[in-house]
Amino acid sequence: MSKQSNEWHMLTLVGQDKPGIVAQITSALFRTGAQLGEASMMRLGGNFTIMLMVKSGQSLNELEQSIAPVVAALELHSSFQSINASLHQHELPNTRITVYGADRAGIVADTTSCLLDAGFNIMDLASDVAGDEADPIYIMHIEGIAQNGSEAIETALEQIKIKGVNIDVTPIDIMIA
Amino acid sequence: MAVLDILKYPDEALKQISQPVEQFDEQLLCFLADLEQTMRAGPGGVGIAAPQVGYFKRIAIVDVSVKPKIKHNGCMILINPEIKTWDGMKVGREGCMSVPDYTGNVIRAEKITLQANNPQGELIDYECIGYEARAVQHEMDHLDGLLFLDRLVSRRMDLFKRKVYK
Repeated sequence: MSKQSNEWHMLTLVGQDKPGIVAQITSALFRTGAQLGEASMMRLGGNFTIMLMVKSGQSLNELEQSIAPVVAALELHSSFQSINASLHQHELPNTRITVYGADRAGIVADTTSCLLDAGFNIMDLASDVAGDEADPIYIMHIEGIAQNGSEAIETALEQIKIKGVNIDVTPIDIMIA
Repeated sequence: MAVLDILKYPDEALKQISQPVEQFDEQLLCFLADLEQTMRAGPGGVGIAAPQVGYFKRIAIVDVSVKPKIKHNGCMILINPEIKTWDGMKVGREGCMSVPDYTGNVIRAEKITLQANNPQGELIDYECIGYEARAVQHEMDHLDGLLFLDRLVSRRMDLFKRKVYK
């Protein structure tokens, strides 16, 4: 679908990490007159990843063309999608959960399913595989809103702890002054 | 009494250093009443500093007594406050009436002692810990033209709690 109005799009981009990806992509967008919104960019497994809100009166095709030379030169994969979004939609998380243990299949699925059942909405999740090849460890940080309070989450996660995963639930006490 | 307008960043006025209070008079008491009312009208409402309402004097109010189960000194009216000792460090999430729609992680001392004049000009000693100590440090930063944005640490900072070995 082509959009001519000044709407938000989400750029998702991935490619082997190398210097210049952010500067060159954002410069190309700047030259087209696009406005940037919230973004999350990080290195995952040697790749660099971008999720970037882009506001522009251009069509998806025009936006794609505007970064095409950079995408080609840096051997990236990218796509724009029209999204229903606006700024100033931040919600405040009330609970932080740290999970770690010997890496095995199912840690994320077990933990997040349990959280879902306990009324937890994930707002932010980042995970890493650390340790070494022989003994990898999985570490995950989650922030979100526990509808029934942090204690309910702690109780619900007891069943995961039995499986040898360490879980720490901490209320996030935001001081607004 | 009146609820005063809150200056919001990027208003550069928030970045200036406030001057000590020298006159402890009726005018000061009137301002303190307005400042407290403004604090209580705001989101969170646990602290405010005079420069946030465009009055560049070294005055802050902190009252975290609405928070359940924490140690506090009640409503602290801090005039010309000075921190004397700092102890411990902790990352915590902060927001600010002068920086709407954003919260971020900031490292603060866990325990502080401070001295400040009260509205009558007498010098009072306080000891603050945890949430209250954080609020006092946040407000005192305003007196030096610092926002919590000047002290942000990574969003992913210190998510592991330090184990306490007994």
